[in-house]
Amino acid sequence: MTETTKELEVQEQSLAESDGMERTRSEVTFIPRSDIYETEDNLYLTLDMPGASEGKIDITLEQNILTISGISSNDVPEGYSLTYSEFQDGDYERRFRLTDRIDRDNIEARFQNGVLKITLPKAEEARTRKISVKPA
Amino acid sequence: MYRTIQTPTIWREMDRLQRDMNRLITRYYPSRTQTAPDYPAINIWANRETHFVSAEIPGVRAEDIDLNVEGNTLTISGERYKDEIPENANFHRQERGFGKFSRSITLPSAVEADKVEATFKNGLLNITLPKLEAEKPKKIEIRS
Repeated sequence: MTETTKELEVQEQSLAESDGMERTRSEVTFIPRSDIYETEDNLYLTLDMPGASEGKIDITLEQNILTISGISSNDVPEGYSLTYSEFQDGDYERRFRLTDRIDRDNIEARFQNGVLKITLPKAEEARTRKISVKPA
Repeated sequence: MYRTIQTPTIWREMDRLQRDMNRLITRYYPSRTQTAPDYPAINIWANRETHFVSAEIPGVRAEDIDLNVEGNTLTISGERYKDEIPENANFHRQERGFGKFSRSITLPSAVEADKVEATFKNGLLNITLPKLEAEKPKKIEIRS
């Protein structure tokens, strides 16, 4: 539908707000860039999380708050010193409030090449139904 | 009675305001700040024999990345393709970008082009570039 494409941009190094709470990990937290779109049946989320891996990503849905968190790390061989830096290891975290009711048992998530794709099927009652108007 | 040493709330609040203002300015008046940072973001590491460059390139397949080394210049280029999106999908948010990219990096010394190795995992590209023999640091004896 939308044909506008964004230019490639470097991941925003903006830190997630921590609601005044202190974090136990000293790593910084990044907000992953996300695309969100929906069809009649599903809600789709795509998040850029370079450096994370399948085992280091958590997705939780509590009430209607979807929380995605992950840990990013790069294996730099030992004995090297950093001479120039534009990005760093850290945590990813982002929360979304979902408006539709979601079929919780059938949520699917896939992580490939640093991109997390989540498919959230809408619950039966939340799907839009077409009502045909009959002639009188 | 004991006191905790903490940054006063007002400073934290001011930091937050500053971040928000910066974000607003870069989003709506990109020309006010310097040009957009080059894509992809890179880190450069080094030891005596080798340069190690890593780049954040999520959402690109390894076969869509091109690496070129010439003397002491490393060029990373490629293309991030648009995702396949079901028809009649409605977008709520679109923050991820797509398109071609190319970035050249000048390394502090020339490298052995034949011995450059690269791996790509979880959206991170890691490149190991051994320095040319002639460029490696030499130990100089001091005579008394």
